[in-house]
Amino acid sequence: MDKKLNLKLMLWRQNGAKDKGKFETYKVKDIDVSMSFLEMLDVLNETLTREGQEPVAFDHDCREGICGACGAVVNGKAHGKLKGTTLCQLHMRHFENNETIVIEPWRAKGFPVIKDLVVDRSSFDRIIAAGGYISAKTGSAPDANAIPVAKESVEQSMDAAACIGCGACVAACPNAAAMLFVGAKISHLVLLPQGKVESKTRTGNMVHQMDKEGFGNCSNEYECEAACPKSISVSNIALMNREFMFSKNPPKP
Amino acid sequence: MLDSKIPSGPLKEKWANHKLHLKLVNPANKRKYQVIVVGTGLAGSSAAATLAELGYRVKVFCIQDSPRRAHSIAAQGGINAAKNYANDGDSIDRLFYDTIKGGDFRAREANVYRLAEVSHAIIDHCVAQGVPFAREYSGYLDNRSFGGAQVSRTFYARGQTGQQLLLGAYSALMKEVSRGNVEIHPRTEMLDLVTIDGVAKGIITRDLISGKVESHAADAVILATGGYSSVFYLSTNAKACNATAIWRAHKRGAFLANPCFTQIHPTCIPVHGDYQSKLTLMSEGLRNDGRVWVPKNANDKRDPSKVQIAERDYFLERKYPTFGNLVPRDIASRNAKEMCDSGHGVGETGMAVYLDFADAIKRLGKEKISERYGNLFEMYEKISGDNPYEKPMMIYPAPHYTMGGLWVDYNLMSTIPGLFVLGEANFSDHGANRLGASALMQGLADGYFIIPYTIGDYLAQTTPAGMDLTSFPAFREAEGQVVQKVSRLLAAKGKRTADDFHKQLGKLLWDKCGMARNEAGLRQALNQIPAIRQEFWENVNVPGSGEDLNQSLEKAGRVADYLEFAELFVMDALHRNESCGGHFREEFQTPEGEAKRDDSKFCYVAAWQHQESGAEPVLHKEPLKFESVNLTQRSYK
Repeated sequence: MDKKLNLKLMLWRQNGAKDKGKFETYKVKDIDVSMSFLEMLDVLNETLTREGQEPVAFDHDCREGICGACGAVVNGKAHGKLKGTTLCQLHMRHFENNETIVIEPWRAKGFPVIKDLVVDRSSFDRIIAAGGYISAKTGSAPDANAIPVAKESVEQSMDAAACIGCGACVAACPNAAAMLFVGAKISHLVLLPQGKVESKTRTGNMVHQMDKEGFGNCSNEYECEAACPKSISVSNIALMNREFMFSKNPPKP
Repeated sequence: MLDSKIPSGPLKEKWANHKLHLKLVNPANKRKYQVIVVGTGLAGSSAAATLAELGYRVKVFCIQDSPRRAHSIAAQGGINAAKNYANDGDSIDRLFYDTIKGGDFRAREANVYRLAEVSHAIIDHCVAQGVPFAREYSGYLDNRSFGGAQVSRTFYARGQTGQQLLLGAYSALMKEVSRGNVEIHPRTEMLDLVTIDGVAKGIITRDLISGKVESHAADAVILATGGYSSVFYLSTNAKACNATAIWRAHKRGAFLANPCFTQIHPTCIPVHGDYQSKLTLMSEGLRNDGRVWVPKNANDKRDPSKVQIAERDYFLERKYPTFGNLVPRDIASRNAKEMCDSGHGVGETGMAVYLDFADAIKRLGKEKISERYGNLFEMYEKISGDNPYEKPMMIYPAPHYTMGGLWVDYNLMSTIPGLFVLGEANFSDHGANRLGASALMQGLADGYFIIPYTIGDYLAQTTPAGMDLTSFPAFREAEGQVVQKVSRLLAAKGKRTADDFHKQLGKLLWDKCGMARNEAGLRQALNQIPAIRQEFWENVNVPGSGEDLNQSLEKAGRVADYLEFAELFVMDALHRNESCGGHFREEFQTPEGEAKRDDSKFCYVAAWQHQESGAEPVLHKEPLKFESVNLTQRSYK
């Protein structure tokens, strides 16, 4: 049968953006190693509820690594130590019996804490609204095969488009930069002929919004790529910078 | 009483003629109309973006922290369209026929034909938006095959087609947000529908961060809130998926159609423990190259590599040589269950069958398989700890999609004037079983290419409110009821968690109203549900307050609605004395164990009307008329 774990959790509890917040210690017992990390938190929450305490708030939804809702810093690593994995796809078989696990929310100026592990990532939506789209109106498109697109370009574009918008790149970056997120969207679109039309205004507008939201600058730490659950490459940041040079309306320094 | 508003004339000309006769709102007047869209999956986002492009003022609501996270994001395999790029004999007529037949002749001909007709435009539009669909070396689009079809008509973006389509719709939505045409309300839950003189005029919401209950008025309300698979607790749906919006609308007068038509998807990672919170789908696309088998001898517990070819039963290929592993979902699921029930199941629990890629890897090489399914194989390995390149996957069916939903007419309007329902939340296009890669098609068809036309016809005949209706008594009353329900949940202070009740209900429904149903079991379920519901209200424990982020409270409200909805779900399954598609009644099967329809008695849509008095819901029947296809026993042999 499956192995069971007893664990000590040091969990960040914070009631709203204005609360200072602090670590609380909890013990969980008989954790099945086939559980996901979030199912382990479910066990804790069911116990807390039965004991009349408030459960830990954490964002989660699809639990299959694609919606981008979940995420926490686990033992100092965004989404935990496993490469290319969201927190919901991190399973307890990667932990040891009697281990102490430190669990914190994403920490960044652009992501204010709402409660416990839940942060406000609406800054990402505002960055997309600033230009992360192709302005094709419904009904205006030519036949889908009218414009051939090189397979290599589509594959590269898809590599960048795989971003789930979880924010781990920001959480992992010492400067809380959002450049991997923004670079991935710019690459996704500019690598396709359909996305080239607006590329000159798109990059400037998105970068400008990114700065306005309080995200930092890239200093080539590569922590974002290491933490990214979809292993999106930092080369997208280079592409963004190149696009930015040719951008029509770069923000003023 | 039920008027489906299906246009007259030949099937192929209905939509074109209908569009010509729909009334229009002139461009300058469009901005006078406020439209509310609830839900931001494919249907909701595409509708909101397109209506805003047309000039309507749009308010959008979703429970997630961003519209981009709606559960359409998780759709893996692809989207169908009758492009015939593969030159393999596809056409609008063939997609229409496959869908009608796949749905076991329980869908409306006119709706399905329209769906097949607009499928072209969806692919065109998505490519224009920058959806990176898979391409061949020529630079042209690639296709794969899905269940229930003998042509390759499925467009895909690796195993993340839903994600890419949703990001396309979301980006269109955000474009309209930036232009000031759409106002978005994330982390906001619709808790009631408001009608004035029987017409939909707005919704009541709860801000999930502040707990504030608010009224929003509009000239039309669109629900695109998805399906109710998570009534089973364990399903492939996201944790937040729920039926609250459609159930509240139902209680305000919208008929609910065919709730017993649920889809159990054959290829999911099997259940492995009581703590399990959800089930993970492995795309149907995998059945292009994976072969399904079990050991021929019952209770054969050997490692799969030790079971010789001659000792294996490739049961789908054996029973359905024409379609093989690509039979429709309901058939694949039922056969897997049969194999496990007769002792041939594999894995620790015996509740799994193999999905084996060894032959495909031998034929195509590991690299090609990894290019096609790499992300799914990785996901499988993360969850199960096994490497599917080396050992066959183990799979078992799981609740995945619901064909039933709010009844809508050809214009996608419910029985409440002004309330439109799109995507999985409505019942309209898939009959008793949906074909793979058709949910994405329907969601986007509804949002991009149908509602923008049909809502205009309604609004053209409606005077814009031109004032804030939220001070009307109907809003005040509905708000009061929402506040009262929230306080009641918080005040119960019992001993059991909402999840605990949800698991109990889910298990009951899975046992009695899941892949196979019978009268005795359904009656037991009908007896037990009210008892669970009663205990819920007396003994649920919802910690915390209603004035901040309280995920336990959100969950409890949704479970409370499921406990009411479940009864109608079972009632519908009990009344339908036939088997069709995903609704399999053990009493009604052919000698070979296939679903046996009764067209003389049940060739209709069952639309249920809620009774205010608490009396049993009233059944209305919309007869299904088939003018272009012959009703036959479905055969995939």
